[in-house]
Amino acid sequence: MDGRKNIKIALNIATLLVTAVFLYWGDSVLSPFQKRILNLAAIFVILGASMNLVVGFTGMFSLGHSGFMCVGAYTAAILTMSPESKELIYYMEPIVPWLKNIEWPIIPATIMGGIIAAVFGILVGFPALRLRDDYLAIATLGFAEIIRIIVTNTISITNGALGLKNIPSEKSLLFYWSFCIITIIILKNLINSSWGYAFKAIRDNEIAAEAMGVSVFKHKMLSFTIGAFFAGIAGALMAFLITSIDPTMFRFLFTFQILLIVVLGGMGSLTGSVIAGIIITIAMEWLRFVERPMTILGMDIPGIPGMRMVIFAILLLVVVLFYRQGLMGTKEFNWDWLLDKLGLARNRERGIS
Amino acid sequence: MTLETFLQNIANGISLGSLYALIAIGYTMVYGIIRLINFAHADLLMVASYAAFYGILIFALPWWLSFLLAILLTTILGMSIEKIAYRPLRDAPRISALISAIGVSFLLQNLGIVLVGASPKPFPRPENLVWNIHLGGISFLSLAVIIPLITLVLLAAVNLVVNKTNIGIAMRAVSRDFETASLMAVDVNKVVVTTFAVGSGLAAVGGIMWSLQYPQIDPLMGVFPGLKCFIAAVMGGIGSVPGAMVGGFLLGMGEVMLVGFMPDLSGYRDAFAFVVLILILLFKPGGILGEHVVEKV
Repeated sequence: MDGRKNIKIALNIATLLVTAVFLYWGDSVLSPFQKRILNLAAIFVILGASMNLVVGFTGMFSLGHSGFMCVGAYTAAILTMSPESKELIYYMEPIVPWLKNIEWPIIPATIMGGIIAAVFGILVGFPALRLRDDYLAIATLGFAEIIRIIVTNTISITNGALGLKNIPSEKSLLFYWSFCIITIIILKNLINSSWGYAFKAIRDNEIAAEAMGVSVFKHKMLSFTIGAFFAGIAGALMAFLITSIDPTMFRFLFTFQILLIVVLGGMGSLTGSVIAGIIITIAMEWLRFVERPMTILGMDIPGIPGMRMVIFAILLLVVVLFYRQGLMGTKEFNWDWLLDKLGLARNRERGIS
Repeated sequence: MTLETFLQNIANGISLGSLYALIAIGYTMVYGIIRLINFAHADLLMVASYAAFYGILIFALPWWLSFLLAILLTTILGMSIEKIAYRPLRDAPRISALISAIGVSFLLQNLGIVLVGASPKPFPRPENLVWNIHLGGISFLSLAVIIPLITLVLLAAVNLVVNKTNIGIAMRAVSRDFETASLMAVDVNKVVVTTFAVGSGLAAVGGIMWSLQYPQIDPLMGVFPGLKCFIAAVMGGIGSVPGAMVGGFLLGMGEVMLVGFMPDLSGYRDAFAFVVLILILLFKPGGILGEHVVEKV
């Protein structure tokens, strides 16, 4: 009956296959530097998409993402480091005995990072989600800061301000992008489920949603916890990518970069977050040249540290002031749109139902 | 703890509390009128300190002239920020205005890093403004007296403006109901700009005194004081000027006492304010002196 359904399934499978082949091929061909940037892009896509779930789809302006990342990164790092390097690194205070001999493989540790972050999400969400708008923003910002301060001060677990080094390294594109693609698929299905409709109802009008029988607090909690879970996953991936972490990494600056991705891509569009996540990550690397000393027409211009963030701050302001929809608004990419453009297998159901 | 250290802590608490109070007023006035957390407020502190710093060191101005110019510059900057970044978004969803505020704040911080470098600079202390006072067993800086005095004078002035002048009446009208006020021939834009001017001016005074008290300035110096002063404003009841004062003093005093009585917890000093904020929001969202506003559908 519907000729499109089969085509779309085929297209989905084909896209996944092509991506898998590309990742496999990229792993052997690309330079370590290129791979690192692509992997960073995968992490930022996860971060952008999960923050978009909370901010763009559920309308909760939460600024606590970097705190949950911090939890995920530390969990994954502590679970995977070898007992020898733990002994070496925790020289200020020895690590607590029950963590000393743990050495997990990378994938379960990543998922555990997400789970612990989600637990923190529940703990933070219970008090914070009763607040709205800017109060929620400042409270979640506060919680992220509290998490960071706790991590700095619990030296026998986290090694305090010195941070952790020698975290097992993982470099393959396949690893990071698999997590990224699975995240996107889960989030896409979530958004198109009845939970997702409840999220959007809460975003559009909380009181009306409640009047229609949506349990507002429950759904806010769900969205917030799932957001925290994926932030934790991204934090864990970050730990494996850069192999050394410390509490100052997870300052508000990080949340700002993720916010930029969400706003640029469009609040309420997963596709937008994916595109903007990749663009911002690559731009962030590419723009490093403005911070390096250079010579233009025989003039020596010293490097200007901080210039990148000036550019990004201006970008954020321009998008918010003049182009509030971002790249995608609330639109999503879908095959129907592409097939319509190509004029293939016209959807005959239209106008009948 | 001996009596001396206790009194010392009281003196520290009073000067920190008055700084918080002064800066919190800017937050509370702006929030009262356009319901926006002006994230850039924190960075105005930094701008004022650097302006004063360069006024003294590069242009060799007398310190009072340099301070006055810095306050003027910051006031103008605050008014321009309102005009460029907040006014176009007044009818937009609140999240957009908030994102814009965060953007401005980041822009100022990073422009600061680009223009003056990230490394901290020592702020000069004019000798005829800062000296040591010995009183019995304790000694403290003259700032411990000067800062609370200036704060009290400015607070009294702001209270006078808000309660007695025409523009003050207009401010209160706008903060009560934006649209009705504009129907009653109140020039809303003028009121908002004035509010930003007063708030930014106070932030500048606060920033300069902050740098005198803690004479190390860097482009990110405003971030933590800014967050804490917003918390102080929420504690006192956002929108209320006396509330900001009470909140500022309580928070400053509490922070100093926490470190004074429980040195073990000094690592958690910065978390203290956030814990207080969350408790206040949960149990008394209106703040200490604020009125409880019922949300209208």
